[in-house]
Amino acid sequence: MTIMPKKISKTIQSRTDRLLEVREFVLDAARQFGFSEEEASKIVLAVDEACTNVIKHAYQNAPDKTIQIEISRDKEAFQVSVIDEGKSFNPTTLKNPDLKQHLSHFRRGGLGVYLMRTLMDKVEYNFVPGRKNEVRLIKFLTPSESGSRN
Amino acid sequence: MSEFKINQRDGEGISVIDLKGYLDAHTATDLETAFQKLLNDKKYNIIVNCRDLSYISSAGLGVFMAYIEDVRKNNGDIKLSNMSPKVYNVFDLLGFPILYEIYKDEQEAIVKFKAKAKS
Repeated sequence: MTIMPKKISKTIQSRTDRLLEVREFVLDAARQFGFSEEEASKIVLAVDEACTNVIKHAYQNAPDKTIQIEISRDKEAFQVSVIDEGKSFNPTTLKNPDLKQHLSHFRRGGLGVYLMRTLMDKVEYNFVPGRKNEVRLIKFLTPSESGSRN
Repeated sequence: MSEFKINQRDGEGISVIDLKGYLDAHTATDLETAFQKLLNDKKYNIIVNCRDLSYISSAGLGVFMAYIEDVRKNNGDIKLSNMSPKVYNVFDLLGFPILYEIYKDEQEAIVKFKAKAKS
């Protein structure tokens, strides 16, 4: 088995046609770390949602900016950081939507943040206004998965 | 790169949209175009067959939310079918089964539309 380095990263342009490449990068790393296909898929979707939010909101669809995706591992924790230099937005102030009400009013936005929270074990934000925004998506290996790594 | 494909089949007053590949923020606009065309053509009985849909993000789900109201106002519906467990899980996380009819098989959705047409 290939041992994944402690930290790997990838920088993409802020365009939605680069999302596929991001998903492949994350899927590969999550599999190598030992996650099941189901758990790896959750991480991939959460990272897609984070990058999509950056493209649409932080960069407001400007295609020539950059997004850095940094994957690091520490024992049983797998962390993906999505870093941009766009407009800051603090989703920790967002309440989880009442899904039934949200859907019945056919509101399209805000579901990405909810999905990230639901799919990951921990979501953290780090903002340096005007310089950098970072979303950290963290998932822990369950005991059965970490057992299968040995 | 053809990461997402849409095919449309029309018959018996029902339009079936087959989705194939990856539905994300990049490809969601293709689905919007397809729904817009259906509305322009006044085709409101729509089944979205997800058999070959490998992936969906909230941008893709947003398209269904954007059009359902107009479709239902015109006495139609968007019914979904043939989802893989992985794709269904995303719909489920966002509460879609409360407001959308999701069937295991396209044929069940066709039967529902036909029953409604008779009533």
